[in-house]
Amino acid sequence: MLRLEKLYKSYQLGNSKFEVLKGIDLNIKPGEFVSIMGSSGSGKSTLLNILGILDNYDEGWYYLNGQLIDKKLTQTKAAQLRSRFLGFVFQSFNLLAFKNAVENVALPLYYQKVSRKERNKIAEEYLDKVGLLDWKNHLPSELSGGQKQRIAIARSLISQPKVIFADEPTGALDSNTSADIMKIFREVNNQGITVVVVTHEDDISRMTDRVIKLKDGIILNEDSPAIEIIAPNPELPTPN
Amino acid sequence: MILERDNWQEIFATIKKNKLRTFLTCMGVGWGIFMLVIMLGAGNGLKHGILNDFAGTATNSFFMWAQKTSKSYKGMKPGRNFNFNNADAMALGQLDEIGVLSPQNSLGDYDGSNNVTRGIKVGAFQVRGSYPNISKIEYIKLAKGRFLNELDIKEKRKICIIGPRVREVLFKKDEETIGQYIKVNGIYFKVVGEMITTGNGEQAREQSSRIQIPFSTFQNAFNYGDVIGWFSISSKAGMPCSVTEEKVMSVLKDRHKIALEDNLALGHWNMETEFVKLNGLFAGIEGLIWFVGIGTLIAGVIGISNIMLIIVKERTKEIGVKRAIGATPYDVITQIMLESVFLTAIAGIIGLWVSILLLEGLDNLIGRDAPMFQNPTVDISVAIKALIILIVAGAFAGLIPARKASAVNPVEALRSE
Repeated sequence: MLRLEKLYKSYQLGNSKFEVLKGIDLNIKPGEFVSIMGSSGSGKSTLLNILGILDNYDEGWYYLNGQLIDKKLTQTKAAQLRSRFLGFVFQSFNLLAFKNAVENVALPLYYQKVSRKERNKIAEEYLDKVGLLDWKNHLPSELSGGQKQRIAIARSLISQPKVIFADEPTGALDSNTSADIMKIFREVNNQGITVVVVTHEDDISRMTDRVIKLKDGIILNEDSPAIEIIAPNPELPTPN
Repeated sequence: MILERDNWQEIFATIKKNKLRTFLTCMGVGWGIFMLVIMLGAGNGLKHGILNDFAGTATNSFFMWAQKTSKSYKGMKPGRNFNFNNADAMALGQLDEIGVLSPQNSLGDYDGSNNVTRGIKVGAFQVRGSYPNISKIEYIKLAKGRFLNELDIKEKRKICIIGPRVREVLFKKDEETIGQYIKVNGIYFKVVGEMITTGNGEQAREQSSRIQIPFSTFQNAFNYGDVIGWFSISSKAGMPCSVTEEKVMSVLKDRHKIALEDNLALGHWNMETEFVKLNGLFAGIEGLIWFVGIGTLIAGVIGISNIMLIIVKERTKEIGVKRAIGATPYDVITQIMLESVFLTAIAGIIGLWVSILLLEGLDNLIGRDAPMFQNPTVDISVAIKALIILIVAGAFAGLIPARKASAVNPVEALRSE
């Protein structure tokens, strides 16, 4: 589903170049439930952004569902791919304050030009799936953290993505609520959707099927049987 | 997309969140369009007021009268007096360039000595001998009765049509005028019609104190022989007045043995030239008003643009979220542009509405008879132009912020607080 080969990413900080990802090779299969772990600055958020086509990369190859994601992909094309294949869940929920629960969930369909009536109907189904149908007319300010995150999950699911990316989805929640949210991700995964969770919490990563540990821009294969380093493809040219 | 409720929900949410800021920003545009329309209305008021002086006369007409020659010609010295005569009228009647030719004579004046009496009532009025066709050059409106006709000319009838001031001086308030007699320089004339004035100012005053009698009667009754005081002439449709004027002057100079280069022998007044000059002046004023008005409007639009930049900055994270869930740069641009055009249009429409209301009020207040300033309103085309300008200005105001918003890096946007 997601395949990275010798992927490099660096940022220019003043006059110096800061290498964030240093030749990442990674393969996440369809239907996997994966967590990416690493300390602050390890490059896990950058990796997630590249996987989510929110950011581009410098060198290497990225295949999404077998399709090469070009390094110089246009913003419009990236938006279309995100809309078609990917769903996002953020630590701070990122719900739009002026939209109620059902409108927030329906938002991705708005960008797919689905009519308001139709998208709200679908959104209600997804709200029901996360157990918040009764809260459909409430604004985010009237909801708890856990409820907001469930709405964010419903929003990420509404366009029937193949992959859900969750960036520290439980970072702003208490442990019980976190467990609930991870349970929802498990249910989502059980429906065949690939789930990639970025976290720095061991408790959360333990709830996933595979843990990918990152340190200083490279994937570690130490102290975790779940780590996978795939062999570089000899047919591909070596990146500069 | 534009009519989508979600777009408007977002716009109104922003406005609601920053009511005062939105109001103050919109004031700039509202004020700009208000000033533009008020200035255009005032310009129109001035234009209508001044051009109304022309309202009583066809704008393609000119007048010509005899003066003294200023140059020697064929053995005759300069300073020679001469008069136009009936034969001149016959000669001019042959010219194709002339639409209406109306010889005229007059005696007395409203500020001269008393020349008209009725019983014990006396007054000083201008008595004018005209042809019926004068009504095609000077717009003559009748309050009652009739105007001159060809039979009056043919039979040299002693009839007259009187102006409002003449009626006021010589008749009682509710007294019937038609069929009554007035005495002009000792000769009785029967009143057959009453005129009302057109235009305003000096011209209206003159018109009000005028007594029109048949031209032939005038020449006969007041011993004018075949003398003509002046010609009132209008050009044929499509023929410039200046061309006809030149032709008429050439014929009259030839007939009265006046040097071609003698520019003082014939007095003339060309309505069209004056009208064109004034129209040019008002076009200049209107251009200046648009320039200043648009400048004011631009200042307001810059305010909108500025505030839209702030809005984009404030909503960076929101834009990032939208981009992450599938919004294309076009979606982001459309939203910001729509917001900008909406704010500009609403502010502008309010400004437009208030200014039109004010102009209408002013118009009602000063009425249509005020000298120099009348009907200070703008027509619908100006309102439409202003609206188009507003929408274009709004789009321009939103362009830079929208491009900035679409260029927001989703990663950076999601990180921002």
